[in-house]
Amino acid sequence: MEKRCWITDQPLDIQIITEKVIRREAGAINTFIGTVREFTNGRKTLFLQYESYKEMAEKKLEQIATEIDQHWPEAVTVIAHRVGRLEISDIAVMIAVSTPHRSDSYEASRYAIERIKEIVPIWKKEHWEDGEEWIGDQKQTRPGIPLKGEIK
Amino acid sequence: MITLLFFAGLKEAIGDDQIKMPAVGMTLGEVKEKVWAEYSIEQVKSCMVAVNEEFAPEETTIQEGDTIAFIPPVSGG
Repeated sequence: MEKRCWITDQPLDIQIITEKVIRREAGAINTFIGTVREFTNGRKTLFLQYESYKEMAEKKLEQIATEIDQHWPEAVTVIAHRVGRLEISDIAVMIAVSTPHRSDSYEASRYAIERIKEIVPIWKKEHWEDGEEWIGDQKQTRPGIPLKGEIK
Repeated sequence: MITLLFFAGLKEAIGDDQIKMPAVGMTLGEVKEKVWAEYSIEQVKSCMVAVNEEFAPEETTIQEGDTIAFIPPVSGG
């Protein structure tokens, strides 16, 4: 079976990712596209540098897709994250979820992006006009291993 | 020997993306202490740690050939 979760240093293509989840059983496809924002709290970003622990990051993305399988058994999920240097408005992450009914596709897609920000070893470095800084989401108090029952 | 991997800000602070050290039989928590003692980098303490690409608790005992990754707070998405 083709990989449904991956890390790449190449640009992400919404068409290719959407085609991977489209199917006759689906009545909804929700796509989430995360892009590079120029201003954060008034501070201007010039570009971002993303880095990953690729092997583990792909495993953790796959774990998220499996969590979605468990909670939304009829969902089909694809997640791709780009690394390397990204310019303003470049696409950093793309999630596509197809489900028979729309509400599940919204929920599962939202679940995926929130979990990415918790457990997937990917880091971004902001290059500002006046400096640079590795960003941490300050969620390190969570052990990263979902507890039983934690998956809603 | 085991391999330690460092990423993002921690990699820059340590100045290398990996080091090898003898640690078989130690716990993960002890390895973390040792790295902290050697480099005095505060960020070591706030890192999660993974053994062979899976998050692991600090009581985990290190085996020969293990790869231990220090995972600073993540910021993907």
